[in-house]
Amino acid sequence: MFQSPDFKQLSAQIRCATSESVEQALSATRLRLHDLAALLSPAATPYLQQMAVRSSEITITRFGKTTQLYAPIYLSNYCTNRCVYCGFSADNRIKRKCLTLDEAEKEAMILHDRGFQHILLVSGEAVNAVGIEYMEAIALRLRDKFAAVSIEIQPMSTEHYHRLFLAGITAVAVYQETYNRDIYKTVHLSGKKSDYDYRLETPARVARAGMREVGIGALLGLADWRAEGLAIGHHLDWLRKQFWSTAFTISFPRMRPATGEFEPLEIVTESNLSQLIFALRLFDQDVGLIVSTREEARYRDGMLGLGPTRYSAGSCTAPGGYGNSDADAEQFSVGDHRSLEEVCTVIRSKGFDPVYKDWDCGFQTTY
Amino acid sequence: MLCIAGTEFRSRLFLGTGKFSSSTVMAKAIEASDCQMITVALRRVDLENPDDDIMKALSQREYTFLPNTSGARNADEAIRLAHIARAASGSSWLKLEVTPDPRTLLPDPVETLFATEKLVKDGFIVLPYMNADPILALKLQDAGAAAVMPLGSPIGTNQGVLTDFQVAIIIEQARVPVVVDAGIGAPSHAAYAMEMGADAVLVNTAISVAGDPVAMAAAFAKAVEAGRTAYIAGMGQKSKHASASSPESGQLSSDLGFLA
Repeated sequence: MFQSPDFKQLSAQIRCATSESVEQALSATRLRLHDLAALLSPAATPYLQQMAVRSSEITITRFGKTTQLYAPIYLSNYCTNRCVYCGFSADNRIKRKCLTLDEAEKEAMILHDRGFQHILLVSGEAVNAVGIEYMEAIALRLRDKFAAVSIEIQPMSTEHYHRLFLAGITAVAVYQETYNRDIYKTVHLSGKKSDYDYRLETPARVARAGMREVGIGALLGLADWRAEGLAIGHHLDWLRKQFWSTAFTISFPRMRPATGEFEPLEIVTESNLSQLIFALRLFDQDVGLIVSTREEARYRDGMLGLGPTRYSAGSCTAPGGYGNSDADAEQFSVGDHRSLEEVCTVIRSKGFDPVYKDWDCGFQTTY
Repeated sequence: MLCIAGTEFRSRLFLGTGKFSSSTVMAKAIEASDCQMITVALRRVDLENPDDDIMKALSQREYTFLPNTSGARNADEAIRLAHIARAASGSSWLKLEVTPDPRTLLPDPVETLFATEKLVKDGFIVLPYMNADPILALKLQDAGAAAVMPLGSPIGTNQGVLTDFQVAIIIEQARVPVVVDAGIGAPSHAAYAMEMGADAVLVNTAISVAGDPVAMAAAFAKAVEAGRTAYIAGMGQKSKHASASSPESGQLSSDLGFLA
């Protein structure tokens, strides 16, 4: 099992980096974890421009001049966890809604008609509302209509993930939120999510179940982002060694205003976020890097081709929000409100190809 | 310290015992190399005979013996040899070699993987000799190999690490030790493999056929140590990247003026 290194030690290691270690990391062909630490350090801040150039070169060489696109569908905002930063937290007095299978399919078909081939099904943790049977049923309904159906829901057992894989789910995203064990405890007040280790072991269970892709990440704004980046590097490194036939992605959710008046514990600026993205790109040339509509249009446009490989677009974070624009109780408010077409126009104007389809349901169809 | 299947090795140089002009020269060369892991061809040695030349010459010091299945043309033959060796020696260590082509002695990936799966189940500590194929290395590791031994170039050719690009991928991905085996013809080749991050190298011909095998063994020991130290120290890169990040060549649009 993956043992997350002590968070304070990671912070301390990063702060020891010097400009020499940054320059060495910038010139290395294959980076090791100590190089990642250097690139995440304050000593690397003056090198942000060089990091952007390297990150861009690597990303374009490995992924081409392309940006993949997807959209989330929020299935349910019922949640039994009390997480102080989340709009769906059980404590919040919001209108709760769980889409029926028909409603969920209708939402999906709206996205389908808008041109999306890759959707991400999202839900709060409420196994009575959205459990394995529900997820299996919705996967079976959608599998032939989309090239790829990913999920971002509560952690499950290997067996349940395998059932979902057979039902057509291609990828699972499960973020640790924070690798800082102490802070994790203080922001996850109760519910199954308060078990740090069970969550930490989830990406391995996903991979073991045969899923094609596993997404990891941290919610930026809870703890020292530099140490989160290094912890992600450690986690990714371990996962790659154990599950060499699995593809991995990293997401960078930066805390946005949400219901419940929770203020980020740490400020993460756009420069910080960029440094984190560039550092992880230099560290791992093959990992998919995802920037969602949490970020503003200006930032996302600027970052095109510099490291990220996948963007969400036209997102609504409230259950039923695509069919009913009055739907409220969103998980967080988005920063980029443009439609898929508007985002694609910018991608094309930068000389990049917007990629809607990068998988095929035929890979997972059983005959 | 290098650790394979729970056994620690101070020296990262493994030696083969073939082609020496005499057992005495072999023993002296091994001593000069300071190595702790020695591979012996099962077809050359009589493990049950205490008067066997090779075993007798090597009995004075504590070595980990790594019997190899050199000569086996398929998995069945290798598995049979392995069981015979274990019955005679009591040791489960095995360097698995399956080489159906007697001309090139290149390893058969399909039979090697099959034999590894079977021998691991039978309780052997298997170190398979393999072509420098990263996917095969991962599959052998998943099958339970205690280390993988990709070739630098065909055995006995002294060509050096011609497979360096592939070996680098194997090193990067492996969670078991990587021992570069075969083709290492000069101490500089061994140092190069170690600088790349190999956990150890196995050398035979380059030492056994050298003008002075004992001196050459000592030279290899120094080269392996130097290469390892350089790897740990973190090598500076020749890198084209430094120039790529200079202003003149920064053709890519990576202006960060958009940042808030």
